[in-house]
Amino acid sequence: MTAITAPAVPLRQRLLRPNALWLAAPGIAFLAVFFLYPVLRLLALSVQDPASGALSVATYARIANTDVYLQVLGITFKIAGNTALFSVLLGYPLAYWLAELKAGLRERMVLLVMVPFWTSYLVKTFAWMVVLGRTGVINSMLTGSGLASEPLPLAYNEFGVMVGMVHAMVPLAVLTMLPVMIGIDRRLIQAAQVLGAAPAQSFWLVYFKLSLPGVTAGGLLVFISSLGFFIVPALLGGRRETMLAQLIITQVQELLNWAFAGALAAMMLVAALVTCWVYDRLFGLSSLSGDTSAQGGGTGRLRLLGLVILRAVAKASAVLSDAARRVIGVRGARRLLPIYCTLALVYLVLPTLLVIPIGFTSSQFLEFPPPGYSLQWFETYFSSPVWLSATLRSFGVAAATAICATLIGGLAALALARSDTRWGGLIFATFLAPLIVPRIIIAVGLFYLFAQIGLVATDLGLVIGHTVLALPFTFVTITAILKNYDWRLDQAAAVLGANRLRTLLLITVPLVKGGLVAAFLFAFITSFDELTIAIFISGGIKTTLPKQMWDDMILQLNPTLAAVSVVVFVIVTVLLLVAERFRRTT
Amino acid sequence: MTTAAKNGVTAPKLIIEGLSKQYGAVTALEPIYLTVPTGEFLTLLGPSGSGKTTLLQMICGLAEPSSGRILIDGRDQTQTPVHQRDIGLVFQHYALFPHLTVAENIEFPLRMRALSATEIKQRVKNVLTMVQLDHLAARFPRELSGGQQQRVALARSFVYQPSIILMDEPLGALDKKLREHMQIEIKQLHRETGATIIYVTHDQEEALALSDRICLMNLARIEQLGSPHEIYARPATAFAADFIGISNIFRGQVDTSNGEARISTPHGKFRLPTGASLSGTEAAIVIRPEQISLGGDKENTVVGRVIDAVYAGSETRLIVDLDEGETVIVRLPPGHPAPAYGERAALGWNPDAAVLVP
Ligand SMILES: Nc1ncnc2c1ncn2[C@@H]1O[C@H](COP(=O)(O)OP(=O)(O)OP(=O)(O)O)[C@@H](O)[C@H]1O
Ligand SMILES: [Mg+2]
Repeated sequence: MTAITAPAVPLRQRLLRPNALWLAAPGIAFLAVFFLYPVLRLLALSVQDPASGALSVATYARIANTDVYLQVLGITFKIAGNTALFSVLLGYPLAYWLAELKAGLRERMVLLVMVPFWTSYLVKTFAWMVVLGRTGVINSMLTGSGLASEPLPLAYNEFGVMVGMVHAMVPLAVLTMLPVMIGIDRRLIQAAQVLGAAPAQSFWLVYFKLSLPGVTAGGLLVFISSLGFFIVPALLGGRRETMLAQLIITQVQELLNWAFAGALAAMMLVAALVTCWVYDRLFGLSSLSGDTSAQGGGTGRLRLLGLVILRAVAKASAVLSDAARRVIGVRGARRLLPIYCTLALVYLVLPTLLVIPIGFTSSQFLEFPPPGYSLQWFETYFSSPVWLSATLRSFGVAAATAICATLIGGLAALALARSDTRWGGLIFATFLAPLIVPRIIIAVGLFYLFAQIGLVATDLGLVIGHTVLALPFTFVTITAILKNYDWRLDQAAAVLGANRLRTLLLITVPLVKGGLVAAFLFAFITSFDELTIAIFISGGIKTTLPKQMWDDMILQLNPTLAAVSVVVFVIVTVLLLVAERFRRTT
Repeated sequence: MTTAAKNGVTAPKLIIEGLSKQYGAVTALEPIYLTVPTGEFLTLLGPSGSGKTTLLQMICGLAEPSSGRILIDGRDQTQTPVHQRDIGLVFQHYALFPHLTVAENIEFPLRMRALSATEIKQRVKNVLTMVQLDHLAARFPRELSGGQQQRVALARSFVYQPSIILMDEPLGALDKKLREHMQIEIKQLHRETGATIIYVTHDQEEALALSDRICLMNLARIEQLGSPHEIYARPATAFAADFIGISNIFRGQVDTSNGEARISTPHGKFRLPTGASLSGTEAAIVIRPEQISLGGDKENTVVGRVIDAVYAGSETRLIVDLDEGETVIVRLPPGHPAPAYGERAALGWNPDAAVLVP
């Protein structure tokens, strides 16, 4: 009897066979050159002697021996940690409330979180400077009404930084927690209550426990983003709130001390990676993408400890909520959450809205309420060649970035959707990495690379840098759309005689058009109000709009900034709403 | 004979008085009245949207009634919050807590009742043995098969011995074979524990197999309440006849003018069962397939053409197209010669074997 074996396909042939995975190649190559290499190069610089290029830990020794640097390190961790803590604490009830709303209403209310999420950090921070400053909105109301005899120190201290940071980060926390909460099966809560759990107990023992992956993911993302922050501490903090990123900027821009900047960046990156690693050990990184199938994780003893703690909390809060209900009545207790959420949304939305009337002020100062209204600041803006060229450059760079990022990210998303490779997780992580690595590190790394190949102060350099930052957004948006795409339509087209390219262009692309437009717009917004890379790459007369705003805000606050903020806010908000519309209708 | 009667216990466990539910303009349940004796296995049977889940949810307190009262063991529980009602509920998709192991899921209700640790341990062990899951106590729900998950859900609702156990299509997500197996297990649990069970299904075979009584629901009302046999033999309405078992139904006008009650249908005038009476004139007669025999010798006869004969082992099923355009199903006992496809056949039945329904 002869054994029949299928002829083995030679390895070379297998690798070169047309495979959807190749579509991810441009993106991977791009990220390797403009993301991985610059970041690693920067880290390498930190352990090199600048003169000889030999291995040296002198820089680290200097950091370890200098109190100021250690202090900055401590402050950075403290501010980032507190920001994560408060963002999650303040955001949790809001996310809970949103998750409980009917889907239609929820989509509209979520926009009240999305808009502040996408609003430029510069505009948000400018708004807080106007609100919290010595002659700001709050202080002029307090002194005007006689509640305080002199202005309270609300800004240029830790309080100001925390208000600004938490305001900037609550939306991220809420948007990370929300999908997890929406995914929780409401019948489980009902089941717990039928089995004898009081509402407070069923919340802690079931709902809260099941929402934990969202909570920790939100905390992690906020912490990592906050580590690299400099806009808020630079503009709302005092000398004692200097953060690591500010130090890096000074080292690069004023002292050109690359080794030192590299060492600081390495410390920031290590902090971020260690946090991620700890998180992964405790909760599993997969829960970052809202995947709750790996529930119940954690190792045996830790899990049991968690359960014991939860039971104690549940019992205590059942007693507390009973007492509360007795004091304020059932109806009063039911109103607490909506009241809180209204206040939270006001905190998120109102400061930015206050900037709008100020943009139309007739005064020479940033007064609120404005003594009168005029268009003079918009006139100043539109007649200033500096502002206009910055605005035009931002539009051009953003458009180019959006095209590149949508194309590269879209192909990569397609590659992942169409091939069941075991490298899927790694590719996914690669495209999300620019979101995890603090922007300041990417920016400084690119600056070093671009200085060598002559891309500093060029539009091309800006487009490349912004594309790195925008790729995660386009990739994730298009991946999500493709997840719901019915691939049998492609098979049908193939059976009917269309080749792969025609299938892609005639069937797939038209059907996921909305998602592509949304991805394009998200990338556009990302670039349009990007500052970190612009600080380094757009030098001299080639500045972008955010860079111009930043320069002005550091020098002197003026009503022109309010007018510019209004323009930026309106543009970004409109684009965002359009993007959301497209994303939903696909 | 019902389990309740067997045990000699007749005190009502649950009394429902005028309970109704309104969702805005939608009436999910018209006011209904229902008494369930202790230890009974009652099935709520009805088509989708007939209000079964709504009724269950009001009994356990997950939905607030628009009117009416719920008495459990004689005590008015209409306003009692869910977690204090002491009722068991088995969900269609089990609703097992994914973050707790099998044993932790089962001890959840016991912990809520602050039982002692030893008591909890003992009870969990017993109930796990009862559903044959001892070896899986440390697993998480996602590591179990559908049937095993269902057993855990059952164990979790039996372990604290609630006064009533409600089950909302508990076997709906299982395949047919497993479903039949689980039916036997549920029946056994019921016998062993003597629990009062209200069971929702829209599978009539399941209802017939399990129940002491069936509460047939339709259009937010109770259509008929009775033992499986009662409902099969004496359907109260054409809907009841159609929903349970196979029925041949002839609609027409009742005519009592000539001293003898008859119904005139498109297929002829038929004599009614003796003693049958009706208020209106619009009515229907229901004849079960096994009550019809071949041959036109009977008083009530219809004629048609055989379009199919299905041999099913214990019987042969004939499908006959009547000349006036309706289909009649006939069950012939085994060994009875069946006419061939296309042959004409006369079908007759004894007037007293039919049931008159409004
Ligand atoms: N929350 C709700 N809001 C509005 N209408 C509802 C709600 N819940 C149920 N209904 C309506 O009440 C009616 C009865 O629903 P119910 O869920 O009790 O039916 P059911 O008999 O359990 O059906 P099924 O066999 O499909 O589970 C239906 O018409 C349904 O649309
Ligand atoms: Mg139902």
